[in-house]
Amino acid sequence: MNSEQPPEEAEAPDGTDARGKPVGRRVLLGTLGLGALGVVTAPTLQRGLESFLAGASGKDPTGLTGLLPNGGGFRYYSVTSSVPRKNADTYRLSVDGLVDRPATYTLAELKALPQTRMVRDVQCVTGWRVPRTPFEGVRLSRLLDAAGVRPAAGAVRFTCFDGAYSESLTLDQARRADVLVALRMRDEDLGHAHGGPARLYVAPMYFYKSAKWLSGITVTEDVEPGYWEERGYDVDAWVGRSNGRDDDPTS
Amino acid sequence: MTSTPGSAGRTDATMTPRADAPPATTAVRRFGPAQRWVHRTTAALMGVCVATAACLYVPQLAQLVGRRALVVTLHEWSGLALPLPVLAGLLSRALRADLGRLNRFGPHDRTWLRAALRRDRRPASRPAGKFNAGQKLYAAWIAGATLVMLGTGLLMWFTHLTPLVWRTSATFVHDWLALTIGIVLAGHIGMALADPEARRGLRTGSVGREWAEREHPLWRPVPSPHTDGPARSPSTGSGRASSAVSGSGTAK
Repeated sequence: MNSEQPPEEAEAPDGTDARGKPVGRRVLLGTLGLGALGVVTAPTLQRGLESFLAGASGKDPTGLTGLLPNGGGFRYYSVTSSVPRKNADTYRLSVDGLVDRPATYTLAELKALPQTRMVRDVQCVTGWRVPRTPFEGVRLSRLLDAAGVRPAAGAVRFTCFDGAYSESLTLDQARRADVLVALRMRDEDLGHAHGGPARLYVAPMYFYKSAKWLSGITVTEDVEPGYWEERGYDVDAWVGRSNGRDDDPTS
Repeated sequence: MTSTPGSAGRTDATMTPRADAPPATTAVRRFGPAQRWVHRTTAALMGVCVATAACLYVPQLAQLVGRRALVVTLHEWSGLALPLPVLAGLLSRALRADLGRLNRFGPHDRTWLRAALRRDRRPASRPAGKFNAGQKLYAAWIAGATLVMLGTGLLMWFTHLTPLVWRTSATFVHDWLALTIGIVLAGHIGMALADPEARRGLRTGSVGREWAEREHPLWRPVPSPHTDGPARSPSTGSGRASSAVSGSGTAK
């Protein structure tokens, strides 16, 4: 290598580059250090930013703050390329499996049943949280009771008209008073993007349990893991007590 | 790029160390295949990372594209592969030499940065070697930022390996740094769009001598192999490379 060294003077200008201070390395290491510092101080920084952005988004008519990290609000997640739209005419919800009286409900029939309104925080397993979000709909336990669950049953499986998503709950979880087939969110009819016309709402669990575009309720013997649960997420997804997270409970 | 015969003759007479070099040289060699392919593959992987990130993050795009599990997989693997082209490129002496040049900041880089801060665009007040100070800063920062994204990304990917606080914090850093990288990357691409000759350098490996003297006056390029004599330019290139590498080792 050294034998090829050309005369110094021919290399002088380029040599300025070669002999300078290693600032590049310092910038690189500095960036790494700042990244590590960011991870260490994130809880504090995040709290500050969230409260600042929550205030700013209230006064922001463009809605751009909603696109910033921790800017607040819901994020749209779908596991399929496109989801068919259903309305009051085309929507059907079936209840079947280990029941004595399988049934199919139209949207109007669901609306005619007694409605329950709950206001809780929504917590996603990826970290975002939307405070005090009203949901309104039919208690799942009411639909199960109407169908007559057989003694052998131990779990409930949910399927969706997006064609791919599925979820499940144990029978005890499904009978909780804070589990709804939700028809309204934030005091409006559920829009398509939020899983309308009807979705599951499991208040005490991470939001992936609240399957959007709900179309089927099947009573089964054992819990069958749902879409994300086959991809590593917990089946018993209590907020703050699962998926390795310690968020404040939502219910 | 073409230049007038007059200017080419002048530069050859004053700048080329060897007076016997063919006088018709108007193109100089800036990048070899190693640098060009490393840049290309890194850019492609970065493009996939940014595009999939946008589809995961921007609600309108998420709604348009859906297929969340597939997009996540693409994002994870392209991110994981992002440092590989540079690592593979380390086998190339020419690329190592360029990394050495990017690393070292001389007094002229300070002058360049001052001019940039004053928005002084005159070439005379912006001295630069093969890379100007802005390119050096960008290279170092984007390399560090990529590694931070890789580290925080892995913490988010393998969720059961680390305590929860780490993961939430990693998400926080990953999100905000992604936004920063997006802005800086847009600047990088914008500047390339504004400078066709710089793009030509990365596309073909050669740039016009006039451009090189205006934008990188302190750089002593090797004449382009297409117009220069046969065996000499590669050996000059490697000699230069070894001096840059050994220089960075001895200048402590």
